[in-house]
Amino acid sequence: MEIHVQLATHSKMFTGARNGFGGEPNTQVDPVVLGLPGTLPVMNRRAVEYAMMVGLALGCKIARHTKWDRKSYYYPDLPKNYQISQYDLPLCYEGQFELTLKDGSTRTVRIRRAHLEEDAGKLLHEAPGGYPIDYSIVDLNRAGTPLLEIVTEPDLASGEEVAAFGQELQKIVQFLGVSEAQMQMGHMRFEPNINVHITDASGQVHKTAITEIKNLNSFSVLQRATDYEIQRQIHHWIETGDLGRKCTMGWDESTGTTFVQREKEEAHDYRYFPDPDLMPVEVSDAWLDEIRRQVGELPAARRARYVQQLGLSPADAATLAGDRRTGDYYEQALAAGADPKRAANLLINVLMQLAKQGTGNVADLAITPRRLADVAILIDQNKLAASSALPLFENLQQSPPGDDVTTEQRAGELGLIQSSDTSAIDAAIDAVIAQNPKPLQDFKAGKQQALGALTGMIMRSAKGLNPKLVQERLRERLG
Amino acid sequence: MRQEVSGFPDTLLGARDAIRSKQVSAVELTRHVLARIEKLDPVLRAYNSIDADRALEQARLVDEGKRTGPLAGVPIALKDNICTSWGTTTCSSRMLANFRSPYDATIVRKLDEAGVVFLGKTNLDEFAMGSSTENSVNGPTRNPWDTNRVSGGSSGGSAAAMAASMCCGAIGSDTGGSIRQPAGLCGVVGLKPTYGRVSRYGLVAFASSLDQIGPFGWTVADCAALLNVLAGGDPRDSTCVNQPPEDFLAELDQPIQGLRIGIAREFDQEGVDPQVKAAVDAAVAQYRALGAQIVDVSLPHTEYGIAAYYIIAPCEASSNLARYDGVHFGHRTKEPVRDIIELFSKSRAEGFGAEVKRRIMIGTYALSSGYYDAYYLRALKVRRLIRNDFEAAFKSCDVILSPTTPTPAFAIGEKTGDPLAMYLTDVFTVTCNIAGICGISLPCGFTSGDKPLPIGLQLLGPAFGERTLLRAARMYEQATDWHRRRPPLA
Repeated sequence: MEIHVQLATHSKMFTGARNGFGGEPNTQVDPVVLGLPGTLPVMNRRAVEYAMMVGLALGCKIARHTKWDRKSYYYPDLPKNYQISQYDLPLCYEGQFELTLKDGSTRTVRIRRAHLEEDAGKLLHEAPGGYPIDYSIVDLNRAGTPLLEIVTEPDLASGEEVAAFGQELQKIVQFLGVSEAQMQMGHMRFEPNINVHITDASGQVHKTAITEIKNLNSFSVLQRATDYEIQRQIHHWIETGDLGRKCTMGWDESTGTTFVQREKEEAHDYRYFPDPDLMPVEVSDAWLDEIRRQVGELPAARRARYVQQLGLSPADAATLAGDRRTGDYYEQALAAGADPKRAANLLINVLMQLAKQGTGNVADLAITPRRLADVAILIDQNKLAASSALPLFENLQQSPPGDDVTTEQRAGELGLIQSSDTSAIDAAIDAVIAQNPKPLQDFKAGKQQALGALTGMIMRSAKGLNPKLVQERLRERLG
Repeated sequence: MRQEVSGFPDTLLGARDAIRSKQVSAVELTRHVLARIEKLDPVLRAYNSIDADRALEQARLVDEGKRTGPLAGVPIALKDNICTSWGTTTCSSRMLANFRSPYDATIVRKLDEAGVVFLGKTNLDEFAMGSSTENSVNGPTRNPWDTNRVSGGSSGGSAAAMAASMCCGAIGSDTGGSIRQPAGLCGVVGLKPTYGRVSRYGLVAFASSLDQIGPFGWTVADCAALLNVLAGGDPRDSTCVNQPPEDFLAELDQPIQGLRIGIAREFDQEGVDPQVKAAVDAAVAQYRALGAQIVDVSLPHTEYGIAAYYIIAPCEASSNLARYDGVHFGHRTKEPVRDIIELFSKSRAEGFGAEVKRRIMIGTYALSSGYYDAYYLRALKVRRLIRNDFEAAFKSCDVILSPTTPTPAFAIGEKTGDPLAMYLTDVFTVTCNIAGICGISLPCGFTSGDKPLPIGLQLLGPAFGERTLLRAARMYEQATDWHRRRPPLA
């Protein structure tokens, strides 16, 4: 499979023009993007680092010496009529990656190479607003965007595996923060290359011709198109005995079928040669170490650790480990003494809901991991009801206390701290029973539900009683 | 032959000093130079475009003290393949006949900050491909010493403008000799700096790994003063090297004690005009008389220089010129077209001249699958060998001396039918670009006859060895007066 991932750097691959979407056509450009006479490319170091991060996450080797090559072809969305790419020395190569499928089984997916290049612009065949035109318009906003092309070895055997790999890759680049990886925005584009090895009754193997399906940009389409194409090749062979021809195909969503776009002429001659405007790239030990440090622990490893060592459910572990900042936040709370399960529950069920009103990420809340740990501990100590976590967090978010105010003090100010004073609880029990003899009689008559009603009355009669203790003392009293 | 006396200085430093000391105002000097252009250029055709209003406005600002800098008020000509945010940048091609750059080349910005007065843009062989400025959509630039002869190329317009005193300094570009060769044929000084010394941002690319911008002047000192402005790293050009700033004028007039001059036996070739040989031999004798030591050196791969050059340069050119397709800028065919491919091919067929097409085809062929190793890769290996040759030679000498060209200026039309003969005029200059080192041409004599033609002396120096190169050239210049001669153009 070939996958193109757009990297979310601030500026473009070879110039300072903003790397961003939206805006009027041809506004995210500068003389270099337009390929104007006299302009020169200058490498975006951050884009190279982002590519190295993905390479490391996919278990690739990182080239210590690489270079930029010009790939020549004429097309109106390619202003220089050559694309700056990497030909024989890709930045990342020979990777290996463990893919976990839905049924829990794993596949090893080898990565042949991952190289950096600049994206092309777009041709529009209707005017903005959808008006028909009898010519084409060039929009170069996308031109020059850093593009990572990842090529796997033929290690995926079904639509499900292909889609699972795509989804895992999306999680990785999002976790690394190197791409927004929004499928509908075209940040990731998939091109499965498909053929089938058919063993006939006599044991002879028939290999169908490889077809490439271009530009699939949803996981559902990727899965369906792959499965369709596998079946099409098999049926074509069964019906005709013909292995088919190498070609490039498209996907027609309305019919759910693939169709031939063009027959592949014998390897297009791109006349690759080293770009004389750019210096070769030397990757030093120190640079590589720094990038390795930035990659840190990957989601799969974190997930496994959360399940095995912290005893979290796979779902909770995936939620926390899927985003680097969320995972880091969680671990800081653990470091501050929180119980792993308690902290995970609070983070997922309370803080993530609160975060939805803001950026969506808990790390952007005014509530520090230290406060999360405090709340978890207060609950474990029975000083705070679990149901009080939400109002307390809301308050901490809206008016963050200074360092001199402890979380317990703030909870106290809000009247959320539970009393564990047994004499006060006993007094409250006595008072409620004295005023309401009915529930007690019901209970003694064998109605278990009366205990709940009584507990509710006692809890309502005085603020901040520890419900657990109330139940305990009440049972003793009635017992 | 006579020296012109007009009352106006025509050297760069002469003009600078006269303006500084208010002997002449920048406006007066600019008017004078513009008047010369008006009088002489209809015949010489050195300029593609002149912006007199803009030049006079800049001169006025200098006189009012509002435009300052080390070269304030000095009138300068720019080769028309260097992008300016004003006027057109045509590369003497139909393809860019009306092209207006939205930005300034880095060196244009630097010259602007130095306070120069920009006169206009000078003629060149189309996209700098040629050795005579005959491959120009505007026709050839004529040699001020004999208007039936070529000015050399590709920076023939800048060299002729300099030689006719239609500017006080000029900027060219040198890919295989395009500054030094026309300087030699026009009797002025021309410097090709080390690859990476001057930013190429805004120089319309011909062959990216060989192109370098450099100055023309009447004297070595004028070139040194211009290099002071042009040199230096540029964040927009990754091939431009961040060297610590140097003052190329400092100690320029001090002779180098024990200067070692290398003479490469491979440069002693058949086909060198006897008068050129005699003038260069006399220059060697002059250096010896100045106390220099003459050293035999060897550059064994010189004979492969032209061949390697005519692979590397066209390969890069075929790619650099791919962008001229009629879609985004430049010439677009007015003929009806069936599809985009026909739009590309018709626009390019109409927009490019014969020599540009020849080189694009050579380069496209040499880079094609199956030929790459035999041509481009092999040429790169030759390049490495030529570099090694120079590195070894510069262990035993400071500069290497040779003629700039095998012959003086040839007649217009003489070599246009024979591209190979034209290519061979670069035999002494191309290896300097291939090795990425620096070189200079300065006048060292004239031919006999009623229309004497200048003869150029070339000195080559190691990478980033401009200070020594300029001082060595200046030693010769101080001892001779060839640089004071002016063509009879009254």
